[in-house]
Amino acid sequence: MTSNKLKVSTVSFALVLLLIAGARAYSQETGTGESQAQSALSMPQVSEDAVRPAPAAEVVAQDTPNDNGGSIQVRWQLSPDDKKGMVVRYDVERRPAWLSETEYKVIGSASAGSSQVTDNYAEDRLIYVYRVAAVNLLVRSSGDTIPVTSYSAISNEAQSSAQWFNTDRTVVLIVGVIVGFLIIYYIGQAKKGKALFIRKIAGLEAVDEAVGRATEMGRKIFYIPGTQDMENIQTIAGVTILGRVAKLAAEYETKLDVPVSRSLVMVTAREIVKEAYMNAGRPDSFQEDMVHYLTDDQFGYAAAIDGMVVREKPATMFYMGAFYAESLILAETGNSIGAIQIAGTAMPAQLPFFVAACDYTLIGEELFAASAYLSKEPKLLGSLKGQDIGKGLFLMAIVVGVVIQTLGIYDFASLFNIAAE
Amino acid sequence: MRREIPLIITAVVGIVFVVQYFIPHTPFNRFQELFSDWFFIIAACAIWLGALNLLKLSIISIQKKRRDWQYAVIIVVSWFTMAIAGILGGRDFQTPGTGFTWLYDNIYTPLSATMFAILAFFVASASYRAFRARNIQATLLLVAGFLVMMGRVLFDDLLFGSIGEEGIKPLSEISDFIMNYPNLAGQRAIMIGIALGTVSTALRIILGIERSYLGGGD
Amino acid sequence: MSFWEKMLAVDRRWIFLLVGVSLLVPILPFAAIDVKFSVSEESQKLFDGLKELPPGSKVLVTFDYDPPSAPELQPMADACLKYLFSHNLKVIIMGLWPQGPQQAEISVQRALAEPAIAAKNLQYGIDYVNLGFQSGNEFVIQRMGSDFKEAFPRDTRGNGYDDLQLLRNVKNFSNVDFVFNLSAGYPGTVEWVQVAADRYNVKLGAANTAVQAPLAYPYLRGGQLVGLLGGMRGAAEFEKLTEFRGNATQFMLSQTFAHFIVIFFIVIGNVAYFVTRRKKE
Repeated sequence: MTSNKLKVSTVSFALVLLLIAGARAYSQETGTGESQAQSALSMPQVSEDAVRPAPAAEVVAQDTPNDNGGSIQVRWQLSPDDKKGMVVRYDVERRPAWLSETEYKVIGSASAGSSQVTDNYAEDRLIYVYRVAAVNLLVRSSGDTIPVTSYSAISNEAQSSAQWFNTDRTVVLIVGVIVGFLIIYYIGQAKKGKALFIRKIAGLEAVDEAVGRATEMGRKIFYIPGTQDMENIQTIAGVTILGRVAKLAAEYETKLDVPVSRSLVMVTAREIVKEAYMNAGRPDSFQEDMVHYLTDDQFGYAAAIDGMVVREKPATMFYMGAFYAESLILAETGNSIGAIQIAGTAMPAQLPFFVAACDYTLIGEELFAASAYLSKEPKLLGSLKGQDIGKGLFLMAIVVGVVIQTLGIYDFASLFNIAAE
Repeated sequence: MRREIPLIITAVVGIVFVVQYFIPHTPFNRFQELFSDWFFIIAACAIWLGALNLLKLSIISIQKKRRDWQYAVIIVVSWFTMAIAGILGGRDFQTPGTGFTWLYDNIYTPLSATMFAILAFFVASASYRAFRARNIQATLLLVAGFLVMMGRVLFDDLLFGSIGEEGIKPLSEISDFIMNYPNLAGQRAIMIGIALGTVSTALRIILGIERSYLGGGD
Repeated sequence: MSFWEKMLAVDRRWIFLLVGVSLLVPILPFAAIDVKFSVSEESQKLFDGLKELPPGSKVLVTFDYDPPSAPELQPMADACLKYLFSHNLKVIIMGLWPQGPQQAEISVQRALAEPAIAAKNLQYGIDYVNLGFQSGNEFVIQRMGSDFKEAFPRDTRGNGYDDLQLLRNVKNFSNVDFVFNLSAGYPGTVEWVQVAADRYNVKLGAANTAVQAPLAYPYLRGGQLVGLLGGMRGAAEFEKLTEFRGNATQFMLSQTFAHFIVIFFIVIGNVAYFVTRRKKE
């Protein structure tokens, strides 16, 4: 390049920069939010070469790790002109490695400032190469816009493939295996007859009293197993506890009413209550309609139960399962008629409401422990023990992690990242 | 066999769900979607069980003139009104202008919103009852609740908004601190407990130790 | 019965009445006053997350709520769409709640009616699309992780996925720049965090009802959420940040008055509690 040419390009470059700066200030002032590059380039005297951005560099293509194949990640170094506002986008182009240079196809675009695109349309059996086009726009005096591009060098060859193990989840697997092993180990210990201690849970101790109270008063027990379907583990925990409550109700000959908001929960809960009545030796007292469906609608369900509560004034109310905003609407109505109320949920946002409006509340994991607690079944108690040891390990990991991270010895938290598939 | 088949299905589906989390390769990556599709199809069909049960009980209640049978009349009328409006609307019954949409916008929506709005009143009465400085823990809860309630709305701006150029916001800062640290710590502790409880319950179900959800004893 | 004993056993309907009045008065036309208020860090972060998106970026807006939660969430949805449209960001709408996409249509119409946005003459299919509702809760998100088209083969207008220009080259989350989740419960923010943010590294911002918001805080601190709008205050702050003022700013005053009444009753309740206890002692 001659020194004259150098001067011309330096001057034109400086001019463009000035124009861009001016346009940026204008754009900020007016708040148009239009692309700065576009505004700047609407000047008629600017030639294509003057606005052509420097190309992106070091384009690297790599099979997306830990996925089901069909995907290649393409990364590059930004064009030096990106920061100057001379790039509006990057187009990523691909061709099978054996085809000629002219066979490129755009597979994705990234905004200025971005340096990665994932090609999700790759075929596992093919080998590809990529190039990245840094694109700027030139607005002609006629108002037409034409893209001005510069291409990077081609990338390395890359081929997508599916993996048989997601290495990003190794930590999850290790923790899962440890916790699972502990639970199964203590279940085994319990089976062998080892006595296991379980602390008192006030809410569950009160179940007998609550059922007894309804019997004394000659009023109903209402049992609400949450508002979610059977695929929710809290609902499963809820209907499991229902079995114990139903058995007590059958023994005390107290009326039980289970309004539900999902058809599948109705079917399941019915089976459970029926079996409980049979186990209590009172199959004749069981009526199918003890468990009945109201509506799937969240607030329709809450309204229906509130109406029933106000009219029938049950002595005892159980709320066991997954609840959302209807929790307080139900519990406060129950409170207003003076019912004894026991709630249990693993929805952290609803716990304060239940604590405020109910006599007893099972907090989170206590809901899941309830079945074991009420049945005193050794195998179930064993699983609780295993779970508690697991919790101890978690606590230790937190303490160790806080120390290591605080002292800056190692990025402990990074061990627990679960990255993309 | 009545008990064994459901247990086998539970175990197989449970194990497949766990395994697919670690194996991205086909066919494992499709299993979760496949099983969840099946569940939703079954649940969608089962809606009839519930809807017909509601209708049956309501009609019986009217026939036998049970206590508060008048409410059952409202259920039956509403049931048929919505069903007929939906059927008359054809395939596009949810598009604007149909009878179903009119009922949805003008009856269902206000009724639902009203129920949700009741929460504001119940929060007030529950707070009045629950926030008593009975002991140290209750006092801490009371003070924290008090500060968060003030910090979450415009008290800062109304009380201190005119101090300095941009005003100061001590209540918001205290409220943010409570939400971001003590509240967060408690939430996380509860969430870890819940996660472990979920794992434990799931394992009990997959291993067939917990069977009472299938009906009957263990 | 002394005055304080009466206060301890006050009929809750008195509380309801005062709360009702405090909610109603500030939204009456003659009582409307202009209040300046500050913006919380979590709202600011969410706005900053949107602000740094270059024009042309694709934003997935998920409407996971129904009409009962609309008073809190609709102002956020309105402000969000108005901001996105006015800043030339491409919008992909979907819902995991059946009524979500209908709520979305309300916000889209309101946004398109803004003069500055109307002047842009935005085209459906090019500037925004509504993919509609898909049942399956978090499994829909999971499915979108591998292929959007599998979860949403058609949009709400019956167009095929491939026929929509905006969705060309949008295969999965890796082709979306930001996800804005409006959530009132399940499925909602928690599921988006656990599936989209944790597994697919999606940049996720959330707008929650006040009841749901505390549940999202752990994810905010953990970095899985870019920012969070919580309840009416969050909505009002977002309206202020986006400079599209709507109902939330006005409703905010109602909420302030209601909080004042609740605090008043809590104070009265505690004074009554101590006075009566001392008497008993």
